[in-house]
Amino acid sequence: MTAQPALVLQTTLLAGAILLENGAEIERVEDTMHRIATNAGYPDAQIFVLLTGITVSLPATATSQVRAIHRRGMDLEKVDQVNTLSRQFAERAIDLTEFARRLAHVERAVPTFPLSWLAVAAAVVSVTLMVAFTGHATPVDLITCALAGTLGFVSYDQVSRLGSIRFLSEFIGALIIGLITLVGGLLTHSGYHADAIIIGAVMPLVPGVAITNAVRDTMTGNLLSGPARAIEAVLSACAIGMGIALTSFFY
Amino acid sequence: MLHWLLTTGLLQLILAYLATAGFGVLLNIPRRAVNLSGWVGAAGWFTYELLAVLLPVTEDAKLAIGNLVAAIVIGIASGLAARYKHMPMIIFNIPSLVPLVPGGQSYRVVRNLVTGNPDAATHYFVQVVIIAGVIAIGFLVAELVNRIAWRLTNT
Repeated sequence: MTAQPALVLQTTLLAGAILLENGAEIERVEDTMHRIATNAGYPDAQIFVLLTGITVSLPATATSQVRAIHRRGMDLEKVDQVNTLSRQFAERAIDLTEFARRLAHVERAVPTFPLSWLAVAAAVVSVTLMVAFTGHATPVDLITCALAGTLGFVSYDQVSRLGSIRFLSEFIGALIIGLITLVGGLLTHSGYHADAIIIGAVMPLVPGVAITNAVRDTMTGNLLSGPARAIEAVLSACAIGMGIALTSFFY
Repeated sequence: MLHWLLTTGLLQLILAYLATAGFGVLLNIPRRAVNLSGWVGAAGWFTYELLAVLLPVTEDAKLAIGNLVAAIVIGIASGLAARYKHMPMIIFNIPSLVPLVPGGQSYRVVRNLVTGNPDAATHYFVQVVIIAGVIAIGFLVAELVNRIAWRLTNT
């Protein structure tokens, strides 16, 4: 079965773009795109994925298309849905037209957790990791850490929804965490561990996974995308470090 | 040893489960995967803590060996979870890494540079490099194990 080249190109590119924009590694993106092209009847498709753009070309029909990737985040629900669709397409449960239609739907609307859930999750991540890493668990520590982690993450989330200024959201989130810790320190007198609170509260924001993915991408031979990811992670670590450091001069 | 398992070990297991499940929600993983990915994360962190207690080596060596073995455990467990739930592995191994990844250290590098402690910054930078490196290698080893297991069960 060989489908229309234009539709094959568009579908492959869209699937790749959704994966790349939502946190998949380069190797997974290339692999999934290659499967889709093969199942659509073009096993010789050439696929070139960078962190900032994707190119697909079908040598048999002398056509190719490019798609630039401008924003990258983490939304594993979308990764799962693209994976499911790709699997259904491979099993011939859906045809290419249906696949393209559902992909467009994935990009627009997937289930997300409401903000209240995210706030609770941020508090849980902050508090549990503070206790796991430092062993400090006085009542003031727990309360301040939950508060700082929640408000830090919520403001990070809201600022990043506002617009396209990169790294500002991380900076503001960290600044708010620093401020809350500072105020907490002024209000209490004993049993207060500022460093422990901060290390817990920044955990929802820090680019730990990004650093690890940078190394993994580099190891699979993506010598351009891996280091590019590392630079992105370094910048966001800088934004967070600056935000905390600005307030830490006062205690 | 038994005392450690019942007190600190159990506590760390529960903390890591909650942290991983919470981080999974922040990354918007599918709802039906939240619970299982929490357990994968708990298994990884528990391995790390257990090795930190058992191994008689220096702090940096503990960091390297502990993270390596924990990453292998997470890689294999997420491979099993992915096959069981018919979901991509990334849904289980990314949230599970949250207690291990050098996120806290990376922010401490910058903070110590800004506040004028270059020695502390270097110390944390070394930790970032060690941890990120061994986790990547651990995942490669786990991938190999998963492929061998896949081949053995399918022939």
